[in-house]
Amino acid sequence: MSVDIAPLVMSPPPSVLQGRRQPRWALGASVVIAVVIALASSVFTGIDGVAGTAVVAAIAFVVIYIGWSLRLEGRRHATDRFATTLITTALVCALVPLVSVLWTVLERGLAVLNLAFLTNSMRNVSARSTGGGLFHALIGTIEQVALASLVAVPIGVLTAIYLVEYGRGRAATAISFFVDVMVGVPSIVAGLFIFTGLVLTLGLPRSGLAASFALAILMLPVVSRTTEEMLRVVPNDLREASYALGIPKWRTITKVVLPSALAGIITGAMLAVARVTGETAPLLLTTFLTQSVNTNPVEGPQASIPTFVWDQITSGTAASLARAWGGALVLILFVTVLYATARLVSWWFTGRRGMGVH
Amino acid sequence: MTTHGDLVARGSRAASTSSGESLGDRVFRGLTLSAGLFMVTIMGAIAVFLVWRAVPALNNNSGSFFTTTSWLPDQTPPIFGIAALLFGTLMTAGLALLLAVPVGVAVALYVSHYATPRIGKSLGFVVDLLAAVPSIIFGLWGLAVLMPNTGGLFKWLNDYLGFIPILQNTTGIYTKSMLLAGVVLAIMILPTVSSVSREVLVQTPRMDVEAALAVGATKWETMRMVVLPFGRPGIISAAILGLGRALGETIAVAIILSALFEINWRITEPGGNTFAANIALKWNEAGTNGIPALVASGLVLFLITLAVNMVARLIVQRRRTKEGTR
Amino acid sequence: MHFTHTARFAALGVATVLTLSACGSSNNASSPSGSSTANISCVSGSIKASGSTAQKNAIGEWINAYQKACTGATIDYQANGSGAGITDFTNKQTSFAGSDSALKAENRPAADARCAPGTAIDIPMVGGAITMAYNVQGLSSLTLTPKVIAQIFNNKITKWNDKAIADLNAGATLPDQTIASFHRSDSSGTTDNFSKYLKATAAADWPYETGKDWPASGGQGSKGNDGVTASLTSTPNSIGYIELSFAQDAKLSTAKVDNGGGAVEATSQNAANTIAAATITGTASDLALKLDYTITKPDAYPIVLVTYEITCTKGLPADQAALTKSFLTYTAGESAQAILIDLGYVPVTGLVSTKVKEAVANLA
Repeated sequence: MSVDIAPLVMSPPPSVLQGRRQPRWALGASVVIAVVIALASSVFTGIDGVAGTAVVAAIAFVVIYIGWSLRLEGRRHATDRFATTLITTALVCALVPLVSVLWTVLERGLAVLNLAFLTNSMRNVSARSTGGGLFHALIGTIEQVALASLVAVPIGVLTAIYLVEYGRGRAATAISFFVDVMVGVPSIVAGLFIFTGLVLTLGLPRSGLAASFALAILMLPVVSRTTEEMLRVVPNDLREASYALGIPKWRTITKVVLPSALAGIITGAMLAVARVTGETAPLLLTTFLTQSVNTNPVEGPQASIPTFVWDQITSGTAASLARAWGGALVLILFVTVLYATARLVSWWFTGRRGMGVH
Repeated sequence: MTTHGDLVARGSRAASTSSGESLGDRVFRGLTLSAGLFMVTIMGAIAVFLVWRAVPALNNNSGSFFTTTSWLPDQTPPIFGIAALLFGTLMTAGLALLLAVPVGVAVALYVSHYATPRIGKSLGFVVDLLAAVPSIIFGLWGLAVLMPNTGGLFKWLNDYLGFIPILQNTTGIYTKSMLLAGVVLAIMILPTVSSVSREVLVQTPRMDVEAALAVGATKWETMRMVVLPFGRPGIISAAILGLGRALGETIAVAIILSALFEINWRITEPGGNTFAANIALKWNEAGTNGIPALVASGLVLFLITLAVNMVARLIVQRRRTKEGTR
Repeated sequence: MHFTHTARFAALGVATVLTLSACGSSNNASSPSGSSTANISCVSGSIKASGSTAQKNAIGEWINAYQKACTGATIDYQANGSGAGITDFTNKQTSFAGSDSALKAENRPAADARCAPGTAIDIPMVGGAITMAYNVQGLSSLTLTPKVIAQIFNNKITKWNDKAIADLNAGATLPDQTIASFHRSDSSGTTDNFSKYLKATAAADWPYETGKDWPASGGQGSKGNDGVTASLTSTPNSIGYIELSFAQDAKLSTAKVDNGGGAVEATSQNAANTIAAATITGTASDLALKLDYTITKPDAYPIVLVTYEITCTKGLPADQAALTKSFLTYTAGESAQAILIDLGYVPVTGLVSTKVKEAVANLA
């Protein structure tokens, strides 16, 4: 008895494993129909603003698109499409304000940004007149942030080394606990501490140095945490190979473990710096404002970009407000340069070593 | 001549933490330990100094520190309390968290699993960039751009959902409210929540994800069964980080809120005040009793963030030991 | 090997900072300024001062003028508030403090201790007019009395076309809209002086203590003079109290105030007349003033404030004393006080001005 295989070969039966699928043009069609419905229904509901129409269109889209999918594909796939829709909507909801902020800073800041703005200070420039610049603030920020890093990075890295390489027992638990908790200290509390502790009690003058201490407190736990993560990623085989060669522990750490984690550590440090660069509250408490350039962070009044922005806004004139936006733009550019440098460093080191440590 | 055995013995001796440690090891160990203890000392010092400076005001208060709503420490007799500040801080931070966490996690999911790598990187970069914008700019933007465009929405909420007491508005004014401050705070902490979540979600083992897809799970089911459970501790950390920032946000909130010292549950009405914003608003003109009073409120803020971080750490630790990861 | 990389990065970083330092200039090319800065006897050095935000822009202009004439001098003023200014002064961080109110009795001992063997004195230097700025379309002129002002800010009068306002402004078209009143959310000397005015002239409608914090409920609060100004310009049918200089910069209309002697416009000259009529309550060199908020002269604008420079009669360190005296001599002089009017501030005139010049001349 021969089995008639012709039908099997010529036209395969519909597979039971794959159900029907919504056509690709369903997405576009749903969007179009939804928008049409929203515009048409504005006559009835009276909702005619951009936001209102968008919301109505979104709801209509969900009903059409997901309903269609539900009927055609079944619940699992409809849920999947619904989730994708929600996530995309969330993305749009997040991007709209963020892009709006960036756009506002860009638009208003570019009106004022030029070489003169970057190379002149505000010395002898009146609040009402245009001109002047933030050179004094730029120098201040660079110095204060550099000093803060000088304090925070070594201590943070050393703490992380202790937690990863040596940490066993109560000291390690306590330190790890406090590092985690320190991440949440509000910036104003750090500023209050430096002000009441160092300035009021010990008589340390308000200066760039005091500001850098406040910033260092904010940077320390972040540097420590990210370094800890980077060190844990270094494979243990490396350490054991080093010990097997008779290299003492401390040399293993400094010559083998740290260099492999170096890219991540530098990236983490730069991200910490980027986060504290825009902090205003602690700087207002710990520095004394000036309009002139002061390259000495240890004594004398020193400006910084966040306090410059603050000072210009409280002057209230149109020219000052424009300068404030320019200051915000310079801050964003500064941080962009830091991020880009961090990525560059990371890429260079991992490229050279061929290790996918990221 | 050193034999192979000598080398191994020397190595294992050097690596041990018993009395066989070399001088270099002891010094280095001490160095790293002191760095760690330094951080503990800083935390302790912050607490000590804040308490020390706050005590003069606490002794000098004719109202109850915890239940009074008004803030008049420089008046005679001084009367001030943190009731309104506590309410405002928790309310605005809570609103911010409610809005920022779902959206932030969704953005992180999109960037790590839904988008192509290049788009993902660019999006991630744009979102991260906003973590650097100073708080005062967010405040100005909130007033200039967001406030005029949300008045209509808040009014709609009152008109159609006004039966929910929290969304009711009895003043007819929809500006400078706690809801607006909450929205601005949410936008400010979004980059933090999103980037920390993203860092965790990209570390999901590819094998697990592909295994799920291979047995026919839809993308969302993969997320739900594999990615999100894997990233849950990290997402909780991200949320706590965001909460910490929202609790301590100073200048943006000071510019936006109308600073009324009362406990008002109707969040679309003008008003409200938080610990950090109050310090920013009152510090400049504070007198001999005013400054210690503000330091006392800073101390309460510090303790709250401490408590929040401790609870979060406990949750994350417990999850980690339960799931056996790390 | 990685040390070489580190060294390279470090060198790059140092080079960048050095290049930036070389690029920038600390002294901008001086642009020709309008006012003549005659008779400044220059002293070199640098001093710090801090305090009142109300006088921020005025002091800023004076500092610029002084520094342009005397390139070896640097004066830095931080507008961190009167309270903080007095704290800084008492802690020897600054050479003089700007304050919207004279030294209180509780602060005097510490300030005097700072100035030993001399004492701390208040020298009124900058006046300000607190204007009732409003933003109502089509309303170019508005007259208010203290009673009506108190009731507006106390939320007793809630609509622009209320009978009380209409009675004072016959012929003006007042809209049937709710009044959006703005006050200061932060502590401020402006609020302090405004509440003192209301207490003195309309106590029945203003049953609150005077102070730097806004006491009434209702209305909305904004941070700083700049914040209230921004709120006023962006909110229709609004009213708030801001300094004259801010109202002028933002081109907001201001109300005339009728204290009983006729409607007086808010101008520098009218406010100067009120300050000139103040009585001096301080002893010896101390020139604390008592302002008469109930003044009814037809050309005296009654809602004013005075900012004092608080410094030592003697006892400042030698390197600070000479520059402080020189700067304050300049600011008390005619040309400097004349600049104030351009800026929207109020000069100190008359008998008070004579006393101020005397006190400054006696600084050591």
